[in-house]
Amino acid sequence: MDRRKSIKALLIGTAATGVFVEACKNSDKKVTEETTLTKFTGPERMVEENEYYKKVAAEKFFTEHELATITVLADIIIPRDAVSGSASDAKVTDFIAFIVIDMPSNQTPIRGGLRWLDMQCLKRFEKTFKDCDAKQQIEIVDEIAYPKKAKPEMQQGVAFFNLMRNLTATGFYTSEIGVKDVGYLGNTPNQWNGVPDDVLKQYGLSYSEKELKECVSFDNKG
Amino acid sequence: MGDFQIKKQTKQYDAVIVGSGAGGGMAAYVLANAGLKVCLVEAGPNFDPAVNSAQFKNPWESPRRGASTKFRPFGDFDGSYWGWQVDGEPYTHAEGDKWEWWRARMLGGRTNHWGRISLRFGPKDFKRKSIDGLGDDWPIGYEDVKPYYDKIDQLIGIFGTNEGLPNDPDGFFLPPPKPRLHELFVKRAATNIGIPVIPSRLSILTKQLPNNKDRNCVFCGQCGRSCKLYGDFSSSSVLVKPALATGNVDLVTNAMAREVLTNKEGLATGISYVSKDDLQEYQVFGKTVILAASACESARLMLNSKSPRYPNGIANSSGVVGKYLHDSTGADMGGIIPELFDRKRYNEDGVGGMHVYTPWWLDNKKLDFPRGYHIEYGGGFGMPLYGFQWDIENLNGAYKIKGKQKEAGGYGASLKEDYRYFFGAHVGMAGRGEGIAREDSYCEIDPNVVDKYGIPVLRFHTSWSSYEVNQAKHMKETFKEILHSMGAVVTWGGDDGPHNNYGLHNPGNIIHEAGTVRMGNDPKKSVLNKWSQSHDCKNLFCVDGGQFVSQADKNITWTILALAMRASEHIVDELKKQNL
Repeated sequence: MDRRKSIKALLIGTAATGVFVEACKNSDKKVTEETTLTKFTGPERMVEENEYYKKVAAEKFFTEHELATITVLADIIIPRDAVSGSASDAKVTDFIAFIVIDMPSNQTPIRGGLRWLDMQCLKRFEKTFKDCDAKQQIEIVDEIAYPKKAKPEMQQGVAFFNLMRNLTATGFYTSEIGVKDVGYLGNTPNQWNGVPDDVLKQYGLSYSEKELKECVSFDNKG
Repeated sequence: MGDFQIKKQTKQYDAVIVGSGAGGGMAAYVLANAGLKVCLVEAGPNFDPAVNSAQFKNPWESPRRGASTKFRPFGDFDGSYWGWQVDGEPYTHAEGDKWEWWRARMLGGRTNHWGRISLRFGPKDFKRKSIDGLGDDWPIGYEDVKPYYDKIDQLIGIFGTNEGLPNDPDGFFLPPPKPRLHELFVKRAATNIGIPVIPSRLSILTKQLPNNKDRNCVFCGQCGRSCKLYGDFSSSSVLVKPALATGNVDLVTNAMAREVLTNKEGLATGISYVSKDDLQEYQVFGKTVILAASACESARLMLNSKSPRYPNGIANSSGVVGKYLHDSTGADMGGIIPELFDRKRYNEDGVGGMHVYTPWWLDNKKLDFPRGYHIEYGGGFGMPLYGFQWDIENLNGAYKIKGKQKEAGGYGASLKEDYRYFFGAHVGMAGRGEGIAREDSYCEIDPNVVDKYGIPVLRFHTSWSSYEVNQAKHMKETFKEILHSMGAVVTWGGDDGPHNNYGLHNPGNIIHEAGTVRMGNDPKKSVLNKWSQSHDCKNLFCVDGGQFVSQADKNITWTILALAMRASEHIVDELKKQNL
């Protein structure tokens, strides 16, 4: 592929998205920042943490093109299904945008991985990844999403996709949507009465007489 | 520095206590309740779990979803301010040293986040030299400490069971919680291969204490964040708060102790400290000085308290201060239980920590290491946090998922199915054992380095011996056997070997620092006498982990509390008799 063409495509992709997103964002930017500052700097935070958070919350690392690409990728990794919403429903991109500032060691692997992906797409489809159609996007993702069957020349893409899968899963399953999806039912005051009877039965287990006698039990009915 | 001056307090206290963790909190509690006037000096800010705990926060209420930071090495919701490093307060390493030093800078210290594992030492634990010839015997025995363990069980609250074990003594226990599902798997598997599994012993209130209805456990599993309902033991909530309520305690926070002050007679007169709030220098005075700043921090304070009378640092005529520094040993392994794939969902938070554990069960005379270890178990449905099912590509091609063999990795709706399928099927185990306290494993003052307050810092010079490495090897073999016996597959910690000391954690990493100012009958070989009192300076005491001669295969907090209570009652008596 023509090298100049691919660089031009990259530049256009970046600039165009950037302008568009900035225009949408500016009106409610201040409100959003104030909300997250209040949300993440409460009395459970030490003074030094709050100072640090205010500093990193104001920083930005990714370009708008990178953010848009992350969103497309994250929604491929975690799409809406019968059980729950998608990565973008759970605002996974916001999480990834923050975590690379909080953990700078992620910056180069992700930025470089995104560029690697764009270059693959430019060579093959003459478009950056996010501007490819869904079929093209899946074609390239299929070559980096399966570590054991990926071709040796795609290994850098595999490493990038593994990291994206990890961060997307963290962003999603630690969101309200994701916690509900995976079925974590704790984090609420209750009384622990042991493993439910039907579950004990399912695994052929039972509490011993000693355990029943010595362990605390609660009358949840009363 | 133009406005720099030393401000001397005019008030004369009965005691100045440095540090508000388990030892200092207990000393303040006992002294204040006996009517004595106390100044409690804490290097960190005030902390009340009721106000400052992150309990019940959901993962999305952390911008980093609970990941760790330098401020919270155990995760963004953890109850400890700082940890392996504190900005502006460095420590250094001698060549080859890998000591990891945890410092919690806050009221209550590290008791705000600890595991609440509250194990009494047994009779053998005070007399190890008599048994295996290594280290030293304590100048006291179990019978000396037992009455204090008994009182603490009832004052603070602990669950467990009386099993009649010879070296894991019975106590005054609240009923334990029933085992979780993976714990029943562990128990069945371990018991089948001759490894005992009994209810754990944690200072968490499964029931309210008869004499205290203000504290409550609601089984959220988040003791590590500190408890807003005071349902577990933290020094901040359970000791310092009631001590302050007596009106006999003046609490000074953000106060970094610099030196123990002395008079011409060599008696301690008080403490000098720098305030982190205004950076001014202060002095407070008392009839007694009680150090409880942590084993290493108390040793540092003694070594930095030099005068013509005490050229090697106060209480250090023996040269022992800083020596015999030791931590618990630790090695871990984890796996996945295929039988638990696709589990039915329910809330199994339980209490914060394991409901069952394995006390040491073997005879060291038949083994190639002299001291034992206990095993802690983890697993089940944890709150999803940063790192949730990280590297699932190593797992989802290895098992049939809903009857289907998939290619490892992947994405999309199929991947979402995988995360659901594996949730709650993990299990982990951690061995925590006793190492040998050695004179040549120690901390000292670094001659070249000071912290941001100008206080000379500690340089560590610690190492493990083959005893600890052999013990870690045994832990790993045991974990593999248990995991195999329960049908689990090792997913991490299975590749350790001689190349990395079998996964033995660096010294300090288990956060049970002890031994730096050990007690003993011989003033030439010990810093303190059997009352936690300096041999050299009779009104100076140390009631933290520093006084330990050896630390058993038990977490040390319950014994710190017992010894601090014992020393404090002794101080009350001695002050009454005007002996101090």
